This record gives sequence, structure tokens and C-alpha cells, in this order.
Amino acid sequence: MTALSISRVPSRQLPVVATFALFVLTFGAGSVSFENFASGQVFANLFIDNAHLILLAVGMTFVILTGGIDLSVGSVLALSTMIAAAGVKAGWPVPLVIVLVLLTGSVLGLLMGLMIHKFDVQPFIVTLAGMFLARGACFLISVESISIKDKAYRALGMERIALGGGVSITNNVLIAVVVLVAAMYVLHLTRFGRTVYALGGSEPSARLMGLKVGFTKVGVYVVSGFCSSLAGLVFSFYTASGYGLHAVGMELEAIAAVVIGGTLLAGGSGYVLGSVVGALVLGTIQTIISFDGTLNSWWTKIVIGALLLAFIVLHRLIVRRTAT
Amino acid sequence: MNRLWWPLGALAALLVLNVLVTPSFFSLRMQDGHLYGSVIDILKNGAPTLLIALGMTLVIATRGIDLSVGAVVAIAAAVTCEYIAGSGDPGSASTALVGMAISLGLCLVLGLWNGFLVAVLRIQPIVATLVLMTAGRGIAMLITDGQIITVNNETYRAVGAGFVLLPLAILISVAVLALVAVTTRKTALGLLIESVGVNPEASRLAGVQSRTIIWTVYVFAALCAGVAGLMISSNVSAADANNAGLWIEMDAILAVVIGGTSLAGGRYSLTGTLLGALVIQTLTTTVYTVGIAPEVTLVFKAVVVIVVILFQSPKVQSLFRRRRPAPPVAVAMTPQEVAR
Repeated sequence: MTALSISRVPSRQLPVVATFALFVLTFGAGSVSFENFASGQVFANLFIDNAHLILLAVGMTFVILTGGIDLSVGSVLALSTMIAAAGVKAGWPVPLVIVLVLLTGSVLGLLMGLMIHKFDVQPFIVTLAGMFLARGACFLISVESISIKDKAYRALGMERIALGGGVSITNNVLIAVVVLVAAMYVLHLTRFGRTVYALGGSEPSARLMGLKVGFTKVGVYVVSGFCSSLAGLVFSFYTASGYGLHAVGMELEAIAAVVIGGTLLAGGSGYVLGSVVGALVLGTIQTIISFDGTLNSWWTKIVIGALLLAFIVLHRLIVRRTAT
Repeated sequence: MNRLWWPLGALAALLVLNVLVTPSFFSLRMQDGHLYGSVIDILKNGAPTLLIALGMTLVIATRGIDLSVGAVVAIAAAVTCEYIAGSGDPGSASTALVGMAISLGLCLVLGLWNGFLVAVLRIQPIVATLVLMTAGRGIAMLITDGQIITVNNETYRAVGAGFVLLPLAILISVAVLALVAVTTRKTALGLLIESVGVNPEASRLAGVQSRTIIWTVYVFAALCAGVAGLMISSNVSAADANNAGLWIEMDAILAVVIGGTSLAGGRYSLTGTLLGALVIQTLTTTVYTVGIAPEVTLVFKAVVVIVVILFQSPKVQSLFRRRRPAPPVAVAMTPQEVAR
């Protein structure tokens, strides 16, 4: 990028622009390398296969914007698939199961948020405990994987919505898009959202300004818990099963998506749309590796690590530029 | 020492529970010059966690964190086993020693890498080490080509499964503990590490070489992880890039925090870390002996962590203090609180 274009883009948005460029680049690289890659359906599949990751990344963005972190998201996702599968198997009505799952995730988030705020314990440790608790709770329900056989529930996951041109999406994609739009609205057009940014900028300043620091601090963990349980529902639609070993290490992917998406881990700066593009970049890399067929899946981890590094160094440079 | 009561209490409670379930819990027996018993098992299985937690304690004392240790464990195991399995003489002692030296050398480089990101590029430790945490396991898979490499080498086996009256793994961890205790507490190093953790900028202005100190603790943490990786893989004579050291960074961080060292940096306690590592390992073993599904261990771990953390939190501590007249020292703010 030339010096001219850098000066034109506000440095706050530069990482997001870079993420978007990276997405175009990786998708373009895939299209050039493989036949049939540059099709609408492959693009739509990115959303279908990563709807849960997009949801996790949206929730994680709220938390990271306040300068916190949520390590429990992958486990809460797994617990949600487990509750959903066990509930459906026990013959409970599907709407009840869905409400129960969303409630569990939100309450877990609420409890973690309260511990962080009321007892002044580091988010890292509290959500690490939450991660263990949720993962262990999965195995309390069942050590084995539970498949979902209920027709109505499966239909929710299988149903295809045609977009025209032979491209179709699932309900999961709709859910992810609705949540994304809602998150953008909340972050940019509500008092809660402004407080989230203020909190990440400087907590003492936010407090002195009379903002609702406590409410917001707890709130972001509720949002993340809700998003994680919704991601769990989406994942159970997608895989039609509940299992305690679903989404092991997914919290790292979500954090990676947020960082690649241009959000500063110190908080206060970043966009939820960037995180979603970050998640899509991770999805594209996986698609390329599966298209190639000869590359092993561990290359995904190495590439994600390298991308993380590149973006962290980019952040560093931008912060240094604005500081001087 | 006040902070150590909580982990000590948790450990005592777990031990009492064990004695109630298995009355012979504390009994030891001698066989072929080796000491066996439940307590020895706990110490042996907890040795890698303790070792990593020691490195982590120093990193956390500088206000850092090292998430990559689990990946380093996997890499150390992969490199050594790959070297031994691929060499001309896979059974000899020299092969094992060269293999271990190569892998510890590589760990040193990985530590330098983490230290470079944190100390020189000044990237937040949690993100800086996340890079190696994500990529490291991929690298370990690349080294082993995704296979589980098994080796048959007596010298290598001794590191994790050998005995000199006690299991060698315990002796190694205790030796490192003693080494760290002496070098940081009998010299100014411990003080310097704490000063960097309390306020890096002020210590730099006071003439402390904070960059070198930060770099050193990350290298030390990676070396500890490397040795732990050798222990873990030699105990089973195999390298499993996927599962070796999986989540051990979380256990190590928990051990440090249960031991009363604050993640905000500054004052650290090696005794606390030792207690924390013992609490975690005893808990895991207890769940096995009581006969609960091992997967559920996580729930108990979470509960113990939550209880210990809550009781250590300043707010709850002040609730306790309000009932008794507070000693004058306790009223003064710790440097971390001032820094906030």
C-alpha cells in the first residue's frame, strides 16, 4: 500500500481494510489455483460451514473491545450442542430446547461477568474456569456423542434457501447475518455499544464520565455467552449431533478471527464486521486446503499462526504511528 | 504467607478425602529399590505440570503469560523421537542424549522467539505466544508427519519412567525448583523480575535491563516446557503431536494462580506454585480413585479454581479483614493496586 492511500484511510480502519484485502487475496488465490473455486456456491459454503465461527467471533469482539477475553466460547458451544441433543432425545418440544440452550449460555456468561466485575478477578482465569466447567458439564450429560434424530429439528438444519443462480444457503447463514447486523447496530448506535468502546479505551475514564461500567462489563460476557450458545445451536443444526468434544480449541480460532479482523486485544478499537471477515479468511484457508487435497490439515494451523503474527505486527506499527 | 493458606487448605481437604476413600492412600512400599505408592504417583504425574508452572511463574511475575508451552511440549517430544527413530542406532544412549540436546536447543530458539515478540516488538504476551500456540502444534505435526512416533531407547525412557529410588521425573522437577529458588531468591534476580512486573517503565528508568529479563524468563519457560515434553513423551516412549501436552499451559497457569501469584505481575511465590501444581494433580488423581468418569475432572477443576480464586480476591479478603483488626501492612496498597 502506498503512503498516499494510508493517509487517506483513517488508521482506525486500516486493519479492517487490510483484512478485507487479505480475504479478497486468499479467495482470489483459490480461484486462480482451482477450477470451480470462484463460484457463488463455494462462497456461500464459506458462510454455511463457518456460521458458528462467525457467531463466536461476533460475541468475542464485544468482550475483546472492552479489553477482556473469553476462553469459554468453544466449551459453551459444545455444551449447547449437548443440551440440545439430549433435550431433543428426551422428547422435549424443540422451541423449549432452543430457549433452554440460549438461557444456559447467557446465564453462564452472566455468572462469569459477575465474577470478573464483582470480585475483580482477571477475565482470563474466570473464563478458563468457565471453559473447564462447560466442557466437564458436557460429559456429565453423556460421555458419548448423541445424534439428533428428531425430524423437525433436522429439517431446521437441512432446509435450503435458494438465492438464485443455483446458489443456496441454510438457516444458519440467516441467523449469523441477523446477529451480525444486530451486533453492528448495538455497537455503533446504542449507549451500550459506545460504553463498550469507552471501557476498552480506558476504564477509569469511562467510570469518571459516569458511564455504566459495571453493567457493560458484565453485559459483554452475557452477549458472548448468548452468541456461543447460539453458535452451539447452529452447530447442532449443521452436524445433527451433540458431543462433548465438539469445537475443542475453537476459542483460539475465534480469537484469531477477531485479531485478524483488526480488533486490538488491548481493547477500544475494532469492528465486528472485521471479525466476521477474519472468520471468513480462516474458512477460505480451510477450503483451499481441502480443495488441494495433498496439503495436510496441520498446514491450516501453521498458516493461521503466520497470519496472526502478520496482523499483530501490523497493529503494532499502526499503534506506533498514531502514538508518535 | 497468608495467601498460601487457601491452596494448602484445598490440598489438605483433597488428601483427607483420599484417605477416607482409600485408607491405604499414604502407604508406601519398596520394590526392587523403587518406592511406590499413591503419593509417589501424584508427584510423578504432576512433575511436568510443576516444571512448566515454574517457568510460567517467572513469566507471569513479569506481567506476561506464555500460552505456547503446550505446543513446545509437543515439538520437543516430536523432535527427540523423530531423531531417535531416524538415527542409525536408535537404542544407544548417545543417540538419546544427542536427540534431547537438539530438541532442548530448539526449545531455546522458540523461547527466544517468544521473548523477541514480547520484549523487543512489545506485543502483548497473550497474543505473542498465541502465535506459537496455534502454529506450534502444526509444526509438531509436520515433524512427525501426523504419525505417532514410537521409540525404544532405555536412556530416553529413563527421563520420564526411570527410578533413582524415586521416579527420576520427580527428582528433575524438584532440582529445577531448587535451582529457581536459589537463583531468584539468593540473588537480586527475583527482585528484578518482580520490579519489571510491577512497573516495566519505572524499572527501566531505574536501570533494570527489563528487556533482557523478559527475554530470559520466556527462554526459561520454553526450556522448562522442553524438559517437560521429554518427560511426557519418554514416559510412554512415543511422541503424539496432537495430544502431548494438550491444555498443559492451562493447568500450569492455574497452578500459578492457585499458588497466589497474581496475573497482574509482580510478587510471585514458588512455594505457592508447588502447592498449586500439587492441588491440580491431586484433584485429577482423586477423581480417578473415587471412581468418577475422568472426563468429569474438568468440572471439579473448575469448582476448585473458582473457590480458591474467589477467596484470594481482594474483595473477599477485605470482608474477612473487616471482622478482625487489620494488621498495618495489609492496609497499604500493593504495587499492583497502585498501578491500576
